[in-house]
Amino acid sequence: MQPFSYKKAGQAENAVALVAPDAEASYLAGGTSLIDLMKLNVQTPTELVDINPLPLTKIEMQGNGVRIGAMASNSDVAYNAIIQERYPVLSEALLSGASPQLRNMATVGGNLLQRTRCYYFRDTAFPCNKRVPGSGCPAIEGYNRIHAILGGSDRCIATHPSDMAVAMVALDAVVQIRGLKGERSVPLIDFHLVPGDTPEKETVLQHGELIVAVDLPASPFTKRSHYLKIRDRASYAFAMSSVAAALDIQNGIIRAARLAMGGVGTKPWRALEAEKALVNKPANQASFQAAANLAVAGAKPQKYNAFKVELTKRTIVRALATVGEMA
Amino acid sequence: MKFVLKRRKLGQLMIVSTVVATISNFVKKAVAQTQVQKTTPMLKTSTPQTTKVTLRVNGTAHNLQIEPRVTLLDALREYIGLIGTKKGCDHGQCGACTVLVDGQRINSCLTFAIMHTDAKITTIEGLAQGDNLHPMQAAFVARDAFQCGYCTPGQICSAVGLVNEGHAKSDAEIRELMSGNICRCGAYPNIVTAVRDVLEGKKDAAV
Ligand SMILES: Cc1cc2nc3c(=O)[nH]c(=O)nc-3n(C[C@H](O)[C@H](O)[C@H](O)COP(=O)(O)OP(=O)(O)OC[C@H]3O[C@@H](n4cnc5c(N)ncnc54)[C@H](O)[C@@H]3O)c2cc1C
Ligand code: SF4
Ligand code: FES
Ligand code: FES
Repeated sequence: MQPFSYKKAGQAENAVALVAPDAEASYLAGGTSLIDLMKLNVQTPTELVDINPLPLTKIEMQGNGVRIGAMASNSDVAYNAIIQERYPVLSEALLSGASPQLRNMATVGGNLLQRTRCYYFRDTAFPCNKRVPGSGCPAIEGYNRIHAILGGSDRCIATHPSDMAVAMVALDAVVQIRGLKGERSVPLIDFHLVPGDTPEKETVLQHGELIVAVDLPASPFTKRSHYLKIRDRASYAFAMSSVAAALDIQNGIIRAARLAMGGVGTKPWRALEAEKALVNKPANQASFQAAANLAVAGAKPQKYNAFKVELTKRTIVRALATVGEMA
Repeated sequence: MKFVLKRRKLGQLMIVSTVVATISNFVKKAVAQTQVQKTTPMLKTSTPQTTKVTLRVNGTAHNLQIEPRVTLLDALREYIGLIGTKKGCDHGQCGACTVLVDGQRINSCLTFAIMHTDAKITTIEGLAQGDNLHPMQAAFVARDAFQCGYCTPGQICSAVGLVNEGHAKSDAEIRELMSGNICRCGAYPNIVTAVRDVLEGKKDAAV
């Protein structure tokens, strides 16, 4: 690992002032993504600003919604009573991710910014457009079983690996950001970028901008929500395909729907067309199947991941059916 | 003759340019070492800086002079000499390095020691009270919950963390919430039994 200098920041403005002016500086939160990649020389910051002392760990009601501090641990959010009661899909998504140890360390801000698990990205012996812009993408011609079927480009087909972000994007979450010039907010759906010609640019965050919180707006029907994750082993593995679903059902008819997918998109993938198609339809298998077909309509499978198309459809149908059966 | 001269000239030129390159490299290195890291490209020549880091492990304070890049795992094993905590993958994927920080289980391989100067760290060596094994250690012995033992310190610390957290009730939940600890010997069934014993407060857990 490259040597670096280390500072602790006790206040958000200090943290921003330390990182923003230095292109080689980086925030250090739980460290579970950054330190992993520093050991592989994939990320090589020369200065780390430890933001663990920041007072950003609260999870509290704000209006009828909830504000989650960026430094709240993945465990604390998952087991929080408000989250479990109002947004069960988020709790389930978090508990399906990583391991208890990692969830104790991982933070909300870090989770949104975790890097892809593409094996070529993680191995500096290979070219990779995301790691070294313009060097090429060995995944497109290579072994691409874990890669994206939605949102890819001819430069990059890496998935965003987060489970939490999939639930949050389904919940219309808004990211609160602090920079040198003050605060701004960005809806999570616009926060991550598809790779296009610049796979190295993964979010709208400018260097030095600090995520301070994630807001979940009030949404009365998200009590009826569920996260279903399909992976290669029963636990402690990234998603092959996952689905966050919520339904507002009245007298057997769907009034509103939220649907997002993980493990298949180059960013946390909200399926807006499929949601629209569910509205005013009976909550039954036929409606769910039609929505599932729509959700993967634009899929561009690769040589080794074509199975994800059918897998994702089935995951969607099962997740929606589970939500449909909830009281 | 003309050709020979050319060759000799070329040879001289090469020697000169090598000497120049060596000197300038030396100067660059010397300068780089005296400069702040920012102006030097990362890899390369910056001298690692050590700092004083105090870690409170199993009730004892340890003053270390280490670099910020030393992980908690390496600090415990290589600098303090507490080798009970094991290094498996070094990437958060196996759980062998699990320790308790302020009662919470974490992977010591994915965190820097310098981040934990205010914390109370407990390793496998800190669980027993003198000759009395911690109930979880006793349960692992009683239930034969290991084979080679490599994953065991991590399993036991993880299991203690699981009990502290209080979310596991059924065997299925124990399995799920112990899934961060891989056992290549496949001792899983007996590990689940040992953890269940402690959760149920069984006598034989304490041996
Ligand atoms: C073995 C393993 C298995 C895993 N399995 C899963 C899984 O199944 N599902 C899943 O979703 N995830 C999984 N993860 C990923 C894990 O969830 C992330 O590593 C974690 O959420 C990152 O959070 P962190 O706080 O540790 O981030 P860090 O590593 O500290 O930071 C990550 C990045 O975000 C930046 N950053 C952090 N906080 C802020 C902030 N507030 N503002 C601006 N920038 C910030 C850092 O500078 C860094 O670039 C796994 C990880 C490992 C190692
Ligand atoms: S898919 Fe993206 S991250 Fe993976 S090798 Fe190609 S460019 Fe790199
Ligand atoms: S050594 Fe830390 S998880 Fe494997
Ligand atoms: S007992 Fe051998 S690895 Fe678990």
